[in-house]
Amino acid sequence: MSKSERPNQLFRNLNAKVASIPMILTALVVFVGGTAWTVLYSFTNSKLLPRLNFVGLDQYYRLWSTPRWLVSIENLLIYGVLSLVFSLVIGFILAALLDQKIRFEDTFRTIFLYPFALSFIVTGLVWQWLLNPDFGIQRVVRELGWESFSFNPLYDSSIVIYGISIAALWQGTGLIMCLMLAGLRGIDDDIWKAARVDGIPMWKTYLFIIIPMMRPVFITTLVIIASGIVKVYDLVVAQTSGGPGIASEVPAKYVYDYMFSAQNLGQGFAASTMMLLSVLIVIVPWAYLEFGGRKRV
Amino acid sequence: MSDRAVSLPLAVVGREASGPSGPKPRHTFSRRNIFLYGTLIVVALYYLLPLYVMIVTSLKGMPEIRLGNIFSPPLEITFEPWVKAWSQACTGLNCDGLSRGFWNSVRITVPSVILSIAIASVNGYALANWRFKGADTFFVILIVGAFIPYQVMIYPIVIILREIGLYGSLSGLVIVHSIFGMPILTLLFRNYFSSMPEELFRAARVDGAGFWGIYLRIMLPMSLPIFVVAVILQVTGIWNDFLFGVVYTRPDTYPMTVQLNNIVNSVQGVKEYNVNMAATILTGLVPLIVYFLSGKLFVRGIAAGAVKG
Repeated sequence: MSKSERPNQLFRNLNAKVASIPMILTALVVFVGGTAWTVLYSFTNSKLLPRLNFVGLDQYYRLWSTPRWLVSIENLLIYGVLSLVFSLVIGFILAALLDQKIRFEDTFRTIFLYPFALSFIVTGLVWQWLLNPDFGIQRVVRELGWESFSFNPLYDSSIVIYGISIAALWQGTGLIMCLMLAGLRGIDDDIWKAARVDGIPMWKTYLFIIIPMMRPVFITTLVIIASGIVKVYDLVVAQTSGGPGIASEVPAKYVYDYMFSAQNLGQGFAASTMMLLSVLIVIVPWAYLEFGGRKRV
Repeated sequence: MSDRAVSLPLAVVGREASGPSGPKPRHTFSRRNIFLYGTLIVVALYYLLPLYVMIVTSLKGMPEIRLGNIFSPPLEITFEPWVKAWSQACTGLNCDGLSRGFWNSVRITVPSVILSIAIASVNGYALANWRFKGADTFFVILIVGAFIPYQVMIYPIVIILREIGLYGSLSGLVIVHSIFGMPILTLLFRNYFSSMPEELFRAARVDGAGFWGIYLRIMLPMSLPIFVVAVILQVTGIWNDFLFGVVYTRPDTYPMTVQLNNIVNSVQGVKEYNVNMAATILTGLVPLIVYFLSGKLFVRGIAAGAVKG
């Protein structure tokens, strides 16, 4: 602001610097420092207490030979693909339906979005109840006369992750719908008119004109969904506690259990570093496309 | 002849641009509308179903639950499960119900919301109007940090809190919420303050107002909507938190979500599904009320938080 006066550089704009101390501390100590600390200690054999006793990549070898971690990764992949595909498809279709200048749009939107206001714990517990084999949907359908009907995801280890994905989709698609709706509203009406004049059917307009135009919206949505997927933890804790057995374990739960229950800090640090790595794989290309590309233009 | 051919489309375009007006063509029950509204209603029912089942189950007695259908409305409405969930449900040795978790959550949420918004709004203000050398670097670190999985930073924070003697206390958790709320809120406020007219700020500077003077007397009163959005975002976010609650508090200071999970998923005793569902609704009630009261502002909050993140 004040370019004419040049007193000591450090004391220029002092108030703003003092006011930013919490931000600077958070950025440097917690985000940079904390991350570096965890990565550093993932190379040690810390058990109950963190100790700087380096063992190289031992924790990582052990991690990748632990069945529970492999199950966690497999679950995360299935859960990730399911939530990505279905929340994008359902979210977009709902947004497209709401965008048809319909009546009661606000009511529908309120209904589709309300689960997003609920916590994952509440979501997990409701769906635990709905999917309860003795009282829930399975029993209701059987009582209707379909005796052999079987829908018991939470107690069947081969499909339990799908039961969790159903709950996650119920909770999260509303958000995606809202983002997509905002994207659709940002598209010029003239595009629609031009497509109608040319006689292009509606579904073709969406598929070949509108969706390509909404690329930025899709990319940010993708990043939001992806960073949410890696964090999934409370939903699993509430719905199945990782069971039956270890069938619905996820990496975030692995980290928590090894750090705070199994008292094997080194494993927890190694696992959380792997989580960080997986996030970086998604974020870095995105950040490069988003911010690196802009500089060239 | 050619004149009419040109003017006709123009008139049509003009009418469409000013929105639908005049009587609508009557085809309410066209095939398209039936399909459209039919799909929307079916999906809406699907979304409402869990809420309905929660409410219905919480109003039934246990014998009725064992015999009946989870979708059927209660034959005899009883509020006993609600009373029990609130004041008698057990977690471990404590049997004073969810009320303790509720008050813990209130004691966590209120200071966390105030502190995190106070810090983040000042940050955003400094970044928008008083940028100093290096400020943007810290901001970028902050935004990148928002994508780092919490699990990576949990343990270092445990150590920091233990060193300053706040591990396990409510104040410790308040600090944690303020830290992790900072990226998104700072972004929100920075973008909002940047969009305010520069002349306003300059005029105040000419009149001799300083950093805090401009913040308190000009920026704060002029940006109430964004503060409301931030409050909505934070109240629902902090109330719904589970991970930080379970890591940084002790059983007697557990927030409501953690206590709810312990009540419902405890392995001891007979499962009382009606009490569990009443407890679940009670926990979801605060964010639901915030959601239904705030309406469009909630959408704006998540859109602002999400799209620009």
